[in-house]
Amino acid sequence: MSDESKATVRQYARNAYEQLGLPRLIIIAFLLSLFTLAVIMRMDLSILIKDSITRIGMNGILVLAMLPTLACGVGLNFGLPVGVIAGLVGAVTSMNWGLKGFAGFFAAMAIAIPLAVIAGYLYAMLLERVQGQEMMVGTYVGFSVVSGMCMFWLLAPYRNPAMIFALGGKGLRTTITLDRTFGKVLNDFLGFSIFDVYIPTGLLVFMGVFYVLIALFFKSKAGLAMRTVGSNPMYARSSGINVQRMRTLGVTLSTVLAAIGILVYSQSYGFVQLYTAPLTAAFPAVASVLIGGASLRKATIGHALIGTILFHTLLTIALPVTQTVLQGADISEIARMIMSNGMIIYALTRAERR
Amino acid sequence: MSEQSTAQVETPARGLGAGISSILRNWSVPIFFLAISIAGIAAARLDINYLINEVVGRFGRNAFLVISLIIPVMAGLGLNFGIVIGAMAGQTALVIVTHYRVEGLAGFMLATVISVPIAMLLGWLVGKTLNQAKGREMVTSMIMGFFANGIYQLVFLVLLGTLIPMKDPVLILRSGIGLRNTIDLIGLSYSLDRAMDWLWNGFVFTSIGATRLGPWRFPLCTLFIIAILCALTTFITRTKLGQEMRAVGQDMHIAQVAGINVDRTRIIAIMMSTVLAAWGQLIFLQNIGTFNTYSSHEQVGMFSVAAILVGGATTRRATIWNAIVGTLLFHTLFVVSPLAGQRLFGVSQVGEYFRSFLAYGVIAVALALHAWQGRASKSK
Repeated sequence: MSDESKATVRQYARNAYEQLGLPRLIIIAFLLSLFTLAVIMRMDLSILIKDSITRIGMNGILVLAMLPTLACGVGLNFGLPVGVIAGLVGAVTSMNWGLKGFAGFFAAMAIAIPLAVIAGYLYAMLLERVQGQEMMVGTYVGFSVVSGMCMFWLLAPYRNPAMIFALGGKGLRTTITLDRTFGKVLNDFLGFSIFDVYIPTGLLVFMGVFYVLIALFFKSKAGLAMRTVGSNPMYARSSGINVQRMRTLGVTLSTVLAAIGILVYSQSYGFVQLYTAPLTAAFPAVASVLIGGASLRKATIGHALIGTILFHTLLTIALPVTQTVLQGADISEIARMIMSNGMIIYALTRAERR
Repeated sequence: MSEQSTAQVETPARGLGAGISSILRNWSVPIFFLAISIAGIAAARLDINYLINEVVGRFGRNAFLVISLIIPVMAGLGLNFGIVIGAMAGQTALVIVTHYRVEGLAGFMLATVISVPIAMLLGWLVGKTLNQAKGREMVTSMIMGFFANGIYQLVFLVLLGTLIPMKDPVLILRSGIGLRNTIDLIGLSYSLDRAMDWLWNGFVFTSIGATRLGPWRFPLCTLFIIAILCALTTFITRTKLGQEMRAVGQDMHIAQVAGINVDRTRIIAIMMSTVLAAWGQLIFLQNIGTFNTYSSHEQVGMFSVAAILVGGATTRRATIWNAIVGTLLFHTLFVVSPLAGQRLFGVSQVGEYFRSFLAYGVIAVALALHAWQGRASKSK
């Protein structure tokens, strides 16, 4: 190899490194080594891949919900639980009516979306007043909404015996099965198997539709205006864009996507998780979009998609692989904590340099 | 100045009014929570002696941790959620001391000494990181707490017994890898609380007339240490370093121009806070007597921050009195709310949830109010 071609290779490698960034390289390397280990240990790859695909479909829309707030300059939406709660109220109400299958799922969405619009609008109003501290305020607004709703789940007038605590007969259960209502309706819709890998067609198509819709939205006039607000508020204002309206729209959109996202998540998981479960809902979504390459100022559909695929494949296969290799010791939870929070710190400390 | 004071002498009524209104303005948050506490006490029909005993104990346990938040606020870093990391340093020292079976006050003192270098190193790392995230210190310190929790678990659950050789049937899990979930601190329990028992054992059990007083128990030595810490914190604010911190907290650019090394000052503030938090966690654990290896530290940051905010502190201004009043009020609410929930709704769970709603809600509202005011004053 001549010196010149060596130099170009080096240049190419450096470009690739700068494009990807150190954290993503580490995560890709970790993911590859996990797959290698799985092959060495002769684990059933088809199960790992099947689970990964389902997990990606489950979480895709929750991660997508991060984009509008990043695009309009509000930052990472740690207040995602606000929307998640709206979605859960929708799910629980639909179940209370005893609706089954797609009817139940769409009824849940029909209840959740207006609730999310209202909650998101109020949340946006609050964030508008605390500019510069949106992420911190958002985190604790999310936390307090979740803990406040714990009291609601306990006292709310839901009477369907399948949902309330068996003993005492008061308050909703912590986890409610969706077996008899809308569990896995999307997953099973037109699902098929190929090479022993089950493809949850409905789930992936549903997720894909939302990705396309959001991509189209960012291409539209409103979407472009929103991105202008995010990248340069002064310029946006001088070119006649209503900055506050765009930020409100971004936050509300994010909240609505979170509500839909949790419904998709729950139907695929097969259970609705109430009480303190939504407390940490924001963190995996935040970590995913950052792992995908988004920064506090720039986020695209591609970032959300790549991030979801990388992070959730990692989470899915880390547990079985490490358990096989280490005989019981579970480091996947620890790895998740270190990686997702490390990624968030990386993004927070690097936002100024563009 | 003199004109003002004569005016006040001439119209004492107005001066008094202004005094009351300034008290109301500065202490509106604690007064609000005092009202809630009193309502809760009335609703729960609580035995007042039980309440005092609980609150005194909890004050001794938590005040040190809450006070450790003051210095970073002064240096403009906001509320340091990273005291969780200090708590982890304290716990690490505790594991070492328990392993070598050093007991009693000597063991406690040894743990405080061992925790210092660990906390300083971790505090330095946190300070370095926060200097990269100016304007977003609070959210960054919070996430750093979560991140450090991952590292902590990695060290004590996976590396201990594999990479770090340690054999101790009392501390290590039966598999030989990782620490047990709970560690009994028999040797260390109450070692500080009762270190001054030779003076007075802090036990109150009398009655004045028909009213019974007690039984309460004051953790005398701990309260003494807290008093020293209060004096020390006040002293630090008056030193050159303290003045520099204030200058940095007021305006980083002006401080920089005035020749203060801003980054270094901020790192020192965080390091101090981290060391104090390590000690605070040691005080907390010697009072509790058992140590949940993987969860004792988790809520330290949130509860301490909520306490100081209940005491009327903001992200830019926090005093000793905010810390003390806040700790007392927050823990009164903590004791009262499950009982009040039981009485009012017939479900004690409601009170439990109300308690965490309160902690989170206080932080959310206080942060929002402050950011709001900050913007309002800026736009003027």
